[in-house]
Amino acid sequence: MYWFRRLFRKQQTERQLDSELRFHLEQRAAELADAGVAPEDARRCARIEFGGMEGVKEECRESRRVHLIETLLQDVRYGVRMMRRSPGFTTVAIITLGLGIGANTAIFSVVNGVLLSPLPYPHPEQLVALDESKPNFQFGSISYPNFVDWRDQNHTFSAMAIVRGTGFGLTGAGDPEQVSGLLVSSQLFDMLGVKPVIGRTFKTGEDAIGAAPIVLIHAGLWQRKYGSSRDILGQSMTLDGKSYTIVGVIPVNFGLDQGLGKVDVYMPIGQWGNPFLKLRTAGLGIHGIGRLKPGVSVVEARADMERLTKSLTAAYPEEDKGIGASLLPLRDKIVGRVHVLLVVLLTAVGFVLLIACVNVANLLLARSTARTREFAVRIALGASKSRLVRQLLTESTLLALGGGALGLALAAWTQGVLVRTLPDALPRVKEIQLDVHVLIFTLLVSLFSGIVFGLAPALRTSRPAALAVGNRQSANRMSHRTQSAFVVVEIALSLVLLAGAGLMIRSLVRLWNTDPGFDAHNILTFGISLPPSMMKAPPPAIRAALRQLDDRIASIPGVQAVAPSWGAFPLQTDDEAVFWMQGQPKPKSPNDMNWALSYVVGNDYLKIMRTPLLRGRFFDASDDERSPHVAVVDEAFAAKFFPGQDPLGKLINLYDNSGNNGSPLVQIIGVVKHVKQWSLDKDGEELQPQMYRPFMQLPDAAITLTPSGIGMVVRSQGDPDALFDSIRRVMRRDNGEEVLYGPRSMEAMITQSLAARRYAMFLLGGFAALALMLAAIGIYGVVSYVVGRRTQEIGIRMALGARRVDVLRLVLRQSVWLIAMGVGAGLAAALALTQLMTSLVFGVSASDPLTYFCVTALLTGVALLACSVPARRAMRVDPMNALRCE
Amino acid sequence: MSQNDQKAEFLKGTLDMLILKVVALGPIHGYAISQRIQMMSKDLFQVQQGSLYPALHRLEDRAWLQAEWRATETGREAKFYSLTRKGRKQLETEVRNWEQISDAVALILRTVE
Repeated sequence: MYWFRRLFRKQQTERQLDSELRFHLEQRAAELADAGVAPEDARRCARIEFGGMEGVKEECRESRRVHLIETLLQDVRYGVRMMRRSPGFTTVAIITLGLGIGANTAIFSVVNGVLLSPLPYPHPEQLVALDESKPNFQFGSISYPNFVDWRDQNHTFSAMAIVRGTGFGLTGAGDPEQVSGLLVSSQLFDMLGVKPVIGRTFKTGEDAIGAAPIVLIHAGLWQRKYGSSRDILGQSMTLDGKSYTIVGVIPVNFGLDQGLGKVDVYMPIGQWGNPFLKLRTAGLGIHGIGRLKPGVSVVEARADMERLTKSLTAAYPEEDKGIGASLLPLRDKIVGRVHVLLVVLLTAVGFVLLIACVNVANLLLARSTARTREFAVRIALGASKSRLVRQLLTESTLLALGGGALGLALAAWTQGVLVRTLPDALPRVKEIQLDVHVLIFTLLVSLFSGIVFGLAPALRTSRPAALAVGNRQSANRMSHRTQSAFVVVEIALSLVLLAGAGLMIRSLVRLWNTDPGFDAHNILTFGISLPPSMMKAPPPAIRAALRQLDDRIASIPGVQAVAPSWGAFPLQTDDEAVFWMQGQPKPKSPNDMNWALSYVVGNDYLKIMRTPLLRGRFFDASDDERSPHVAVVDEAFAAKFFPGQDPLGKLINLYDNSGNNGSPLVQIIGVVKHVKQWSLDKDGEELQPQMYRPFMQLPDAAITLTPSGIGMVVRSQGDPDALFDSIRRVMRRDNGEEVLYGPRSMEAMITQSLAARRYAMFLLGGFAALALMLAAIGIYGVVSYVVGRRTQEIGIRMALGARRVDVLRLVLRQSVWLIAMGVGAGLAAALALTQLMTSLVFGVSASDPLTYFCVTALLTGVALLACSVPARRAMRVDPMNALRCE
Repeated sequence: MSQNDQKAEFLKGTLDMLILKVVALGPIHGYAISQRIQMMSKDLFQVQQGSLYPALHRLEDRAWLQAEWRATETGREAKFYSLTRKGRKQLETEVRNWEQISDAVALILRTVE
């Protein structure tokens, strides 16, 4: 603490040092005077003997350990003074750095929230995502019976749970509405360490089929519907016409981040009315999470599950043939998709900061030339070289911290916008915030950039050559060389960013121009659930209600055509049909049968989607539950299962896994164009064959499920979003017991499916534009500086007969050389770095020549433009003026 | 240039020891220290003020010396240095080291002859 106290007694220390040395001089002078020297001479002699007073003082100060902090404070004070004296320079530098640091802070806050911060559960490293691996899907749905066996027979998990998203019509609590639900197994909440706000979570056994009907509600719904009343415990809640007892409330901040969205109601999975739940072969979109026992690795768990699934295959050779388990650390499963995107963005934004640093270094360099005299004087007064470097680094760090503060403000300000515009595809968005990690990151980035852009000018300035005041010319040549290197670096970095942005733009153009196999324009989709009274109605009554619903919606003005939809729908949900060819023996296991995507649709579906009919016919009113079973297939189906044959009239056996109705024989009556089911970009990587079946030919078991919610597809005359409101209004007016929910236009769905890429394109484009601007400013600055320095030389040349064109050539020749070097380096770096983006680009190679040509042309053009302004100034130099100046 | 540096470095070590030795005799101010060293070494050592005062401050900073302001015989206020307990130990160590080195050097010089 001694040095600390002394830090604040600095003035006293200084005074004492002064009087100590003065005492010495006086003593010496007195001694000389005693020896007979005249008092005046004695004092002078004593001073000469003593040597440089200030130097000794500085050395005394330096021999104290507190020195570092003292000089730091001194440097800071001095730095602030210097900054205040040139407000223009300071403002430009801080804004440039602020933009760079702000962009880095913003992107890092996303990376931190999404990739780096641990999942918000206790011991998140023990959590793994569980799926069934099947012949057609690596991460397929887990059937309920398999889950029960997995849970009870594994040796490596301390807990295991499954979830499945769903929706319920909530009635009896204000206006009827559709709420989102999650079917879960009992252990989920305990496994994730979720404590209920009030009440309890589910207990072991409560998730079994046939257990008592209970639910948990989410705090959001609790507040919205029940005013957060504690009395709701034990009360009942009507979902899809059935009543459930509320046993607890789940905290508002709980959410499973697996694209499940917000959840209002949690229900034990055994309560699900789906008759297929009991089937070991059913693929119902159920996925699992497990917690490994302490000390167990994912590899060990994989081995355990392999043993377990093999024994299940042995026990159920028909149902579990080819069924394994897929295990991935939960974090990887959640953020795996966006890893590349975020790494690319972070790299890009890092480049922007480097360019900003280079620009500020350029400014500092130009200014340090102007400050040469100041430093020469300071050295003459006894400052050491390291002291000067430290001073300059302090100044640059001050600038960087200023930029960091501005950047932090910018990041905080844009955070809301950034998070709101983030694609829904990005998981864990709510964990993005400016927390301590982000603050530390910003501080480190600021300090780092302060040193990066400060070091070169600082070392340059403190060079003895630069300090020899008379030797200005050589110092200039050296600083010019550094500046040229800066220009090359800036151009190279900008080119990399431009190439990245260019590739993203080309990819998106390609994607927008991809034919999805349907006309997304003016298509509206929404969900609808029938009145609660229909939930237990017999199948004929449900069919009648559905027909009536169809007619009612079709008669609403603005509706051109309407069709119900069940099963798969492009870009939204998938469902598979399993079949074998007529005349062939029935394979033992459904996993040995043929698989196709299953679209169960109304007769007008093709009219709505405008998917071209290639052969045969589509469904009409005659294809109903009483007529022979028919199907329409796509070209991929025809090519795969009937290569070289005419698929029309062919018969297939549709596997019905409920086993009730046997397996209906279905005739193929038409062929349509393939549609992009999975996504516009990666459709080809998944299951391709597609099969359409008429809605009314759904088996009774499935029809009984439709009242709780089916999809509706509408072709609208005008704006699809506006149409939804009028449809809902008309339905309410008629009797108001159906619940309409989740309206989305097909175009919005496409936009959303491209959201992550679009986001990357906009950000990369923005960063590239920023880089281009900074680089242009940097080049302009350097060339202006050089022209300014060479004014005299240019004047002489012109006086000796050089033409203006010669002068222009003189200035530009050098710039063109720098630009060419920058472009060369940039191209090499871009070719290497864009390999990172391979999974983000679509339809173009990461080394697409056209993209590279365009961005090179753009960059060269902008760079030349930036040079041409000072070059033209050089052309207009008046030789007389230039010569008179010196 | 580099030769000079070496000499300065060598002297610095010994200067510290000489200062400690002189101060060990009783509280004394900077000017008197330089006089005393010069006198005791029979004018062999000319102590540069440029290195004396930084050395004093360094030794004070290491808590080998402590300083106090008091009046001289002429009534002027001056900074008097005296040895701390740590300083006394340091002096002993340095003297011991010095003797070892000078014995060793003397031995070598004699043997080589």
